[in-house]
Order: sequence, then structure tokens, then C-alpha cells
Amino acid sequence: MTDFLLRAVVAGLLLALVAGPLGCFIVWRRMAYFGDTLSHSALLGIALGLLLNLNMQLTVIFICCMVALLLVLMETRKSLATDTLLGILAHSSLAVGLVLLSFTKTQIDLQAYLFGDLLTVTNVELLWLLGGCALVMVVLLSNWNALLSFTVQPELAQVEGLNVARLRVLLMLIIAVVVAVAMKIVGVLLITSLLIIPAATARLFARSPEQMAFGASLSGCMAVAGGLTASWFWDTPTGPSIVVVAAALFAVSALLKGRQ
Amino acid sequence: MDISTTTTVPADTATSANCIPQALLHLHAVDYHAGNRHILNKVNLHLQQGQILTLIGPNGAGKTTLVKIALGLLTPTSGTVNRSADLRIGYMPQKLQVETTLPLSVERFLQLAPRAAPADIAGALLEVGAAHVRHSRLQSLSGGEMQRVLLARALLGKPDLLVLDEPTQGVDLKGQADLYSLITRLRDSHNCGVLMVSHDLHLVMSATDEVICLNQHVCCHGHPEQVGNDPAYLELFGQAGARAMAVYTHHHYHEHTLAGEVVAEHVHDDSCQHEHAPHVLANPQLRGKDGQ
Repeated sequence: MTDFLLRAVVAGLLLALVAGPLGCFIVWRRMAYFGDTLSHSALLGIALGLLLNLNMQLTVIFICCMVALLLVLMETRKSLATDTLLGILAHSSLAVGLVLLSFTKTQIDLQAYLFGDLLTVTNVELLWLLGGCALVMVVLLSNWNALLSFTVQPELAQVEGLNVARLRVLLMLIIAVVVAVAMKIVGVLLITSLLIIPAATARLFARSPEQMAFGASLSGCMAVAGGLTASWFWDTPTGPSIVVVAAALFAVSALLKGRQ
Repeated sequence: MDISTTTTVPADTATSANCIPQALLHLHAVDYHAGNRHILNKVNLHLQQGQILTLIGPNGAGKTTLVKIALGLLTPTSGTVNRSADLRIGYMPQKLQVETTLPLSVERFLQLAPRAAPADIAGALLEVGAAHVRHSRLQSLSGGEMQRVLLARALLGKPDLLVLDEPTQGVDLKGQADLYSLITRLRDSHNCGVLMVSHDLHLVMSATDEVICLNQHVCCHGHPEQVGNDPAYLELFGQAGARAMAVYTHHHYHEHTLAGEVVAEHVHDDSCQHEHAPHVLANPQLRGKDGQ
């Protein structure tokens, strides 16, 4: 009975841990919409994986990374109205994914992919998550200063010798990987919130980028714990419960901070 | 399009570095197109160690583009860019807009420079006169403090060349003059070259060795006095430019209070090197006071 709960706790905490620092970069670089677009395209990956009978997780990672590279290309060509194009890309990939899914013979639990189903995470999925999160954490930590410098002023960073083009692609790819492995946990529609809300909460108290990253991980973990508890006792859907707790943490923090 | 950009050339090792100032940067016949817009047209630029070179020109003249080409951030459509071997550049961007969501102290910002030791950071802040903001939030700085912090970051790389894009942006008039004299002091103490973009005609004229007046092409260039008398300069800047030159020429020997009164006039004797005529001509209203 407790096996699936243990897996759920481990998976949720793993994701929250990585989503903290990564979410900070998404907030600092105003990339929330990019995260949304990536997560919507994850569903396209699911559909293609099912139709072509490929490894589901690999297909999703591949599709997310491809969309990430496409977004980098769009970001560097400033002539396009980015938010409009992102909107088109996000929702059309979601729609194409849904249409393609209707052609598959296998019955899949669409709800689970859209809103997440942490309680049914399998051992294999947990391993994928562990691998993905470990990879992203290593990349983040080993490039921390460079990514930060690039975020503050890319041209200054470039003159100081950093390869800014590489950093831009790197950041987008690790977001893609996290989105791809996290899909099962909170679902494509809610992934961005797990990246952004804990970071926003941590921002209220942080005095340095590192504090904010750590605080985001912490408040993300609290949200996962709270969401799972609520789901356990009141039988609420897990993914949305986690996001609700994260949002509540933010609201309470903002109120406390505002009163000071 | 012929792109023949060489990023480094072997330094002229034959010439003794002590007597002949080293050439730091040489741009030859640089063209730059963006789409079908011709932004720079056959621009030449030469900068030596210890020299301050200022780019002036109206908005859209291509000043920032030229600076970015000099830095290697942009590749020219044609023309050559030569930098001396192992040239260390300290860059001060036009503006630094840090997201309010990013909590960043001045110290942490300076730590982002590669290989910045704590002692270097303290030293650089002291040198630019911003030691007191070390622990302040970057977003809480005044315009002048921010520019000084950016200068400190540029100094951390021990530069041979400082590239400053509008170093006095968002700074009040008094602060602007202070910043220009700081830049001159930094040039002297680091013996580096300075390439800067400026809008402050009247202030910059006294703080620079050489001026390039840019409007897509080089309109005129030379010492501030030469440029000030050039018809191309007057055509580009009109009355404002002429006034700037007048302020520049009489900047040498006295200051005014805000009301225009002459504050301190030094005794004119044989040691005076300056030229009086252009000042008197350009400022007839002052003739009664200090004309001779």
C-alpha cells in the first residue's frame, strides 16, 4: 500500500528540488510562456510515441528538445512578435497532439497527462525522473555563475568571454528535459506553475540569487508534501493539489511580507 | 559580401612598448548593413594605448553599432577589425536593467566577472568611488552609482581598453562632469585606451583626446578643437554644437556659478597655454567680464 506513496513522495520532492533553481531562471528571464509552450508540446510527444510505437519518455524528451531549439531560434530573430508566435506554437502543438491521440487504438488516460497523476508513477518513470533531474542539476550547478551573468547582461557576459549562444541553448534544453520528465507528475497544463510559483514565493524573502534558488526548492518541496497529504486524506487530484498548496504558500508569504 | 574580419593580429613586438604607444584597436573601412538599412559606411577608427577616443553623433548615427563591432559582438558586413593580441577589454554597456525579481547586491554583481577576487572587488569599488554601495541592492542605486558600479565591473578584468557606451546616461549634470574626470583618471592610472560614446558635447570635449563625429559615415574627426571648427560638425550639431565648443574652450580657465557669474579666474600670465580668441568670439556676452 505504501509503495506507491513512497514513489510519489520521492518523485515529487526530486522534481521540486530541481524546479526551484530552474524556475528562478524562468522568472528572471521572463520565460514563463516558453515553459508553457514546451509543456504543451509534450503532449505531441506522447501522441507520436504511441502512434509510432516508440519509447514514450524518449519521444517526449526528443520533441520537447526540438521545440526548445525552435524557440531559441525564434528568440534570436527578434523581428517576430514572440508572444503571439509562442501562443500559436503552444496551443497548436497541444491540439495536434490531442487529434493524433484520437487515431491511436490504445486507450490512454488523457486526464493523467493533462493534470498529472503522481500516485501512479512507476519505478521506470521514477528512474527517468531521477536521471533527468540529476542531469539538469549538474548542468545548473556547474554553469551557475555563467548562467547568472548571462541573465543579468548577455552582452557584458559575452565580452567577458562567455559563450552566450551556448548558454541560451543550454538553459532552454534543461527546461525541456525537466518539462518532459515532470509531465507525469503535475501534467502538461500545470508544469509551469511548479516552476514559477515556488520561485515567486522565495523571491519575497531572498537577498541573493542563491537564497532565492534554495528557497524555491524548499517551498516547492513543501507544496509537494502538502499536495500529497491533501490528496491522501481528501482524495483530491494530486497535481492540482500541489499547485494549490504552492499558490497558497505564495499568497500567505506575500501577505506576511506586505504586513511588515 | 566580402567578410574579412581578423579578430587578432600579432602585436607589433618590434616596437618598444615603452616609447611608442601600442595600437589597441584598428577598424578599416567598416560597413554594416541590417536588412536593407545601411548603418555604417566605410568607417575607419584607430585607437592607441592611453588615448581617449569619443564617438559623437545624432541618434541613429550608428555609434552603438560601431562599438559592438569593435567589441566583437557584431560582425561587420565588410571591412576589417584588428585588435592587438590578447587585448583585454572592459565593457560598460549602455544600460543595465536588472529584473526586480532578481535579488542581486552590488558585490554579487561584481563577483560575476570572471576570476574576480574579493580584494579586487573592494579595490575596484574604491577606485570608482562607490565603496559605500558594496552591499546595496543593484536596483536601489542612483544613476551615478550604477554607472560607477558598471565601471568597477569593467575594471575587474584589468583591461587594456575600456569601452564605454554612454557612460553618463541617467546622471545629473554635476555627476556627469565627475564621471568624465573619473574616466580620465582611470585612463591615467591604468594606462589603457578608452573608446566611448557620448551625447554630452560640452562635457566630453574637454575629456577626450580625439573625437569622431559619426553619422553613418565619419563626418569629421580629430582633436576636439579641430572638430569644433569643422563645418561638418557645425552642420550636424548646429547652435548646440557651437555652444558646446564655447563652453569647452573657456572651461580651461574659469568656472561659472549656476547664475553665470565667473567664480575663479586665474591670473593670466606667460604660463597660460590656452587660446582666448575662439572663446571670446563664441561668447560675446562674456566679453565684458573676462575679455582682455
